[in-house]
Amino acid sequence: MKYLIIIPAVLGMLLAGCATINSVTEMGAGLAAATGVINADQAQSITKSVSAVGKVFESITPEQEYYIGRTVTATILSKNKPYDNRAMTTYLNTLGQYLSLFSDRPETFGGYHFLVMDTPDINAFAAPGGFIMVSRGMLRCCKSEEALAGVLAHEIGHVELNHGLQAIDKSRLTAAATILGTEAAKNLGGKDLAELTKTFENSISDITSTVMNSGYARKFEFQADKAAVTILMRSGYSPNGLVSMLQQMEKNLKPGGHDFAKTHPAPQDRIAELTKLITTTHPADTTARQARFDDTMRGL
Amino acid sequence: MRTKRLLLTVAGLGLSTVMTWAATATLMSVQIRKADIRDTPSFMGKILTSASYGDKVTIQSENGAWFQVNTPGQSGWMHSSALTKKNIVMKSGAGAQTSASSGEMALAGKGFNSDVESQFKTNHKDIDFTWVDKMEKIKIPAPEIKAFAKAGQLEFQGGVK
Repeated sequence: MKYLIIIPAVLGMLLAGCATINSVTEMGAGLAAATGVINADQAQSITKSVSAVGKVFESITPEQEYYIGRTVTATILSKNKPYDNRAMTTYLNTLGQYLSLFSDRPETFGGYHFLVMDTPDINAFAAPGGFIMVSRGMLRCCKSEEALAGVLAHEIGHVELNHGLQAIDKSRLTAAATILGTEAAKNLGGKDLAELTKTFENSISDITSTVMNSGYARKFEFQADKAAVTILMRSGYSPNGLVSMLQQMEKNLKPGGHDFAKTHPAPQDRIAELTKLITTTHPADTTARQARFDDTMRGL
Repeated sequence: MRTKRLLLTVAGLGLSTVMTWAATATLMSVQIRKADIRDTPSFMGKILTSASYGDKVTIQSENGAWFQVNTPGQSGWMHSSALTKKNIVMKSGAGAQTSASSGEMALAGKGFNSDVESQFKTNHKDIDFTWVDKMEKIKIPAPEIKAFAKAGQLEFQGGVK
């Protein structure tokens, strides 16, 4: 009868052991310590901080992502006036919300929403949670619904891949982890609320300065282009629309501009990467789509 | 005899682990504000009803990225991105604090929330949220999205329905 007690106990210990190995990095730190690259204390420190960051990032729920996205959007719109055109806004949202259904993350806390910014600069921003803004300058790079679909699908890709949230300096979140994760946070008092708001402000600043000034890492842009190709193929649009938009953008961009000229890889680099991904052509008739696109964009 | 008993014990343990996993894995929480439940595993499917943030659904089966779910009084399909395995708790209560540390529970409204946004607005009166609120109200109804796809002759994945 001893077996009945001992065997489950041993297996339980094994299972518990597996559960503690929660990341490749943790194993990497252990290996580095074992081989003498770093000492045991350093390994433990790395393991602890990686684990904390992982937990903190996980702790940003879709609901919190939504609140971050709202404030990022308000901050971007404080510097870029919205273009108040009902027909264009409806068209943009119909196309954008249709495309979002074909992403790997069609459901966000508050859904996907789109807006035109009244500026000739060539810009498009995706705030966490699905708030997407494109400039009139960007719309001028689009000569077809296919091309506009390419722009929106790229921005949806940034949302789907959490690129905005990844721009937040992790140390901020680690510092605020206790407040972020506790039950009491729901009804925070003055000091804790002030501290959490400071973390929030800094997180917003990390995201807006990245998307508006420094730009994402090139690999994020290529990842968003890849996600866009997937969305376009699934939704029935030719991914070549994105290529034709980039060709037009190359003509429209002004060297030294504070827009895509500064924050994104050169259009020809993106086209080169996209060409590797696009394997099929879409011969579908685009007449009806072109007509409604031209109709909406008239007067832009 | 001893070997047979050992094998039976291990097999029994394995089976009970699988059964426990299956029993706990079938319950999920809605992690978005409002999630539609449809008659087919597609966004072009008819909307039967909807579930709200924190609602619990029982998973019946899977089809790609879609879950067939049961809610009280209704069965249908929900996209997996609307759901989480975490138990979303809407109100703080006894036991919530200890569960929170397990990583299997998320308390709705914790952390960055409307209180933090209000505080941010107080600190930054130059940042205007009017257009953010306007943006959020733009939700194109499903029939209009379908009509848009049809009029544009878009042959989307899953076929035109």
